[in-house]
Amino acid sequence: MASARLLVTRSGCTALKAITGHGQRSLSVSSAVLARTHVSYEVKDNVAVVRINDPTSKVNTLGRHMQAELVEVINEIWGNSAVKSAVLISSKPGSFIAGADLNMFQACKTAEEVSYLLQAGQKMFEQIEKSPIPFVAAINGSCLGGGLEFAIACQYRIATKSKKTILGTPEVMLGLLPGAGGTQRLPKMVGLPAAFDMMLTGRNIKADKAKKMGLVHQLVEPLGPGLKISKKRTFLPARPLAVDFAKGLAGKKVRVEKKKGLMQKVQDFVMGLPPVRKQIYKTVHNKVMKQSKGLYPAPLKIIECVQTGIEKGNAAGYLSESENFGKLAMTSVSRALIGLFYGQVACKKNHFGQPEREVKKLAVLGAGLMGAGIAQVTIDKGVATILKDTTEEGLARGQQQVYKGLNDKTKKKSLTTFERDRIMSLLSGQLDYRGFENADMVIEAVFEDLSIKHKVVKEVEAVIPPHCIFATNTSALPIKDIAAASKRPEKLIGMHYFSPVDKMQLLEIITTNKTSKDTTASAVAVGLKQGKVIIVVGDGPGFYTTRCLAPMLAEAVRALQEGVGPKKLDSLTTGFGFPVGAATLADEVGIDVAAHVAEDLGKAFGTRFGGGNVEVLKMMVQKGFKGRKSGKGCYVYGAKSKEKKVNSGAEDILKSFKLTAPPAVSADEDIQYRLVSRFVNEAVLCLQEGILPDPVQGDIGAVFGLGFPPCLGGPFRFVDSYGADKLVQKMKHFEEAYGNQFTPCQLLLDHAKDSSKRFHK
Amino acid sequence: MSLSLIRTVLLTAFSFCSAARSLSTSVHLQAQGNVSGVMLTCEKWKMPIPFSQYNSKSKKTLAKPGVKNIVLVDGVRTPFLQSGTTYADLMPHDLARAALQGLLNRTGLPKDAVDYIVYGTVIQEVKTSNVAREAALGAGFSDKTPAHTVTMACISSNQAMTTAVGLIAAGQCDAVVAGGVEFMSDVPIRHSRKMRKTMLSLNKAKTLGARLSLLGSIRLAHLSPELPAVAEFSTAETMGHSADRLAAAFGVSRLEQDEFALRSHTLAKKAQDGGMLSDVISFKVPGRDIVSKDNGIRPATMEQLAKLKPAFIKPHGTVTAANSSFLTDGASAVLIMSEEKALAMGYKPKAYLRDFVYVSQDPKDQLLLGPTYATPKVLEKSGLTLNDIDVFEFHEAFAGQIMANLKAMESDWFAQTYMGRKTKVGAPPMEKFNTWGGSLSLGHPFAATGCRLVTTVAHRLQKEGGQYGLVAACAAGGQGHAMVIEAYPQ
Repeated sequence: MASARLLVTRSGCTALKAITGHGQRSLSVSSAVLARTHVSYEVKDNVAVVRINDPTSKVNTLGRHMQAELVEVINEIWGNSAVKSAVLISSKPGSFIAGADLNMFQACKTAEEVSYLLQAGQKMFEQIEKSPIPFVAAINGSCLGGGLEFAIACQYRIATKSKKTILGTPEVMLGLLPGAGGTQRLPKMVGLPAAFDMMLTGRNIKADKAKKMGLVHQLVEPLGPGLKISKKRTFLPARPLAVDFAKGLAGKKVRVEKKKGLMQKVQDFVMGLPPVRKQIYKTVHNKVMKQSKGLYPAPLKIIECVQTGIEKGNAAGYLSESENFGKLAMTSVSRALIGLFYGQVACKKNHFGQPEREVKKLAVLGAGLMGAGIAQVTIDKGVATILKDTTEEGLARGQQQVYKGLNDKTKKKSLTTFERDRIMSLLSGQLDYRGFENADMVIEAVFEDLSIKHKVVKEVEAVIPPHCIFATNTSALPIKDIAAASKRPEKLIGMHYFSPVDKMQLLEIITTNKTSKDTTASAVAVGLKQGKVIIVVGDGPGFYTTRCLAPMLAEAVRALQEGVGPKKLDSLTTGFGFPVGAATLADEVGIDVAAHVAEDLGKAFGTRFGGGNVEVLKMMVQKGFKGRKSGKGCYVYGAKSKEKKVNSGAEDILKSFKLTAPPAVSADEDIQYRLVSRFVNEAVLCLQEGILPDPVQGDIGAVFGLGFPPCLGGPFRFVDSYGADKLVQKMKHFEEAYGNQFTPCQLLLDHAKDSSKRFHK
Repeated sequence: MSLSLIRTVLLTAFSFCSAARSLSTSVHLQAQGNVSGVMLTCEKWKMPIPFSQYNSKSKKTLAKPGVKNIVLVDGVRTPFLQSGTTYADLMPHDLARAALQGLLNRTGLPKDAVDYIVYGTVIQEVKTSNVAREAALGAGFSDKTPAHTVTMACISSNQAMTTAVGLIAAGQCDAVVAGGVEFMSDVPIRHSRKMRKTMLSLNKAKTLGARLSLLGSIRLAHLSPELPAVAEFSTAETMGHSADRLAAAFGVSRLEQDEFALRSHTLAKKAQDGGMLSDVISFKVPGRDIVSKDNGIRPATMEQLAKLKPAFIKPHGTVTAANSSFLTDGASAVLIMSEEKALAMGYKPKAYLRDFVYVSQDPKDQLLLGPTYATPKVLEKSGLTLNDIDVFEFHEAFAGQIMANLKAMESDWFAQTYMGRKTKVGAPPMEKFNTWGGSLSLGHPFAATGCRLVTTVAHRLQKEGGQYGLVAACAAGGQGHAMVIEAYPQ
């Protein structure tokens, strides 16, 4: 979900905005001198410079109000014969237009209502496309979704070559499609393959790539400090330049069409052949089906809209686009994805206030996979970090991991080698406690063993200053047990990172009843700086995430024991929408870790965590099948062939623990629901017990940390959309066959009884 | 006095444009009116400054009790030629040798009187990585005179000179030759890293089989050569690109830049024709004729300059080939001594080398703002104000860079926001500024420019009767330098 920048409007605020919007419009009939709030323009030297600035938000979004004012302004410009060309520019430093106002669509009751809204947008952009005077879009910052569709309706586009400037169509990530002409214009502008790539992945495109693709005509270099007192310096050069180009276009001195290269001509010719296009639609369709398992309707609709537009003409294309968008907006998948988007935005805020002290120096204990990962995401953001290990080999491995992580970014050109070196200079690898006396926070990521953790707490507390926060990275050990060794438990907190730390977005922060609010605020601030999506949960065995995952993995082991092969198990889980299959997930997490967790949590929670036999996992560990890291787990790793091979050794172990599958609950769908219902039930129980503060964080944690199917929006949204009653019914059915691990928790039963009870409004 | 009259007085007083061909400069400068930074600063000077009035200075001299006086005895340079012309077949140390021999001839210095030689260079010829030593030996200096090479981009020979000053001040030496050489007609072009690796392994391969397998591993792609980077290493941005952005950030127009470039060429031409460039020595190039003149001075018309397309940021940039300094071959050398030693040897020194500073700043957005940072710092150090300076010699990397620096120096806001100073230092008045041309027109052999600037200040002070001169320059890496020079009493 790279769509964080898509929209940051708060729902309450926008509702208000919509009302005032209507109010002002009706007022404007009676009062001609009404001041516009979102769009302004001035005319100089026959060029109208139109400025967009949503006063209610950090970014510009295309909402009803903005749209209404734009239409007004554009009509005024067209009515003014002195205006020969126009420039469209944002007054905000980091945002051109970040997309359409999602609330506008969410407020609609029917697909038709949504389609109608879109048709208005389509019409406006079509008018701009056919405008008698040229429009130049001067793009700085995010130009996404509807913003990009607006820009590509203009005759000419100039973008600042800054890291902030990104163009893209992220709608697909919200289960929608580019509905204001995007599916129609993009293929013509950048070619069919590139357009599909943009719209189906929703990826962000940087300015220089956009220039190469033909998405923008010119780039402007961002400038350093000059004579003006303004932070907005970087986008200032876009305006004079855009005005120059606008004049040039009006005077026919600047040509819009670029000379096509030979490759381009060949590509155009090939794309002109209907069988070739047909083949492309088919290939793309198949690829989408393979990746989405058919669970996501939006990509398929995008293909349909593009195909309709190209094969049947513009009118049909626009109609298909607006209708399909309307339909998509009503799907549960889109609602789930939009819910996740809002949840993610909410989890990127610090709800605990400003910490008393900013963490300027961080120390990480243990240079293993997690420790090094934490160090990497910290220095990456400019915070000086100590990485301490006990052995030189361990330290060297960790430092190499950090270096490799950064170096891979230079290969992808998101960092220069020089930036990499500067970042690396913030890392201090060492074997002793030198410098800990200046640390503001210590995160320990040593081996998951209570006695080792206690030893570390004592050692560290002897050397750190009084204000320093001690955070422990553990996936299952209760924080209060670790804090038992601490002299200052109010400064102790759990920070559960997910592996690989530089890729996984989630951070689960665990507070004990002794953890102070400032400590929590500080941990959240550090996590946010590290770029994490954060949930803050209460203490207990397995906290929230591990606790949800454990019963599902126990059920997976059960299924394996019942003779469902690892491959079958994987295809059942991915078929349900999990990005990684259950057997593969166990291998990735580590069979030893899974065994460890299963045993610990089994002890803590009893038979509810039963199902599979822990001995299966223990036996596998004994034989060295610890998962991917040891080369063997459920599968065999290391071979070059793409096809993963099942580990026959593991199969033998499973055979020795074979159980008979009860036929009544062993159909494919049953297995899927057995896995998911245990996950979901445990999540709801966490909410019931107060481990989880709210369903939003529960959904975010499950999706971003454990890969719960994004199309379902998380366990709580799943209960809402699937129906608690239906789920309880299924669980009771399973309970009959297996026992109390399928007993629905009270909160779930409450929701089943009263269908008006919902986790999400 | 009306404004135009003042200007006439000004212009005649310094005979900026008595020659017909340079008239176009003044016309354009006037047309610019008060928009241009150039005229703004001119207008501040209501009266020509009588250089002889030493009394008006903040300080009578910069001599400090207990500090050794260090003097510039003389300075020379080879003619600066566009790369790929007459010097094309030489090697860098040949050019350096010519400058060193020229210095010996000019000063009549006994070769064994030199204690030490420091030389600057930027693009290194790998065969002569300590070019100072090779050139010294080739120029017939005693093999007992040590020599080392320094590098600091475009201020390399400034670094060579200040190293010499340091050696003398510390009492380690009495007479040091400093200089710099740059040879852009030939630059080291390397094999690709992969090819180099293979070739190095080949050296170590013992058996025929091992050698053959290494040879077999060579792919066509390995053969593509690696050109010397023209870009800043830390930012991967070429200097011209940065200059263009700098000019835009300070609102320097294309017209202003072209005017400044034209000014530089016009003034250089005049200085050349008027015999002012006496630091240039004649050089008999092996296999070629005697060269005795810089060959990059080409006054054009504003119309011709306006026709050029931007060289770096296309299509809308403002930096062109004509308003940038060009690739140049050349070498320079100066003789620096303690005053005592110079007088003992019977020399009449040309100037005192006084305070100097090095500065550095953001190599991305302030790459070329060295003079802005260095000027107030060095003035403060020596207790002078901008008004005390009679002669300014700034390195002209790009016309846009010079104009941006002038605007930055004129800005209180910039001084407060970026330099932590209370007020601006002020921009040098144009009638005192690079009046014999500059790097844009005379050429810019990177490591040789510093000595040219210092020698020119000394010569201009003598010619114009001024007391204090200021040298300032920017350099790659976001570094800068400035030095105050005091005329030696006539």
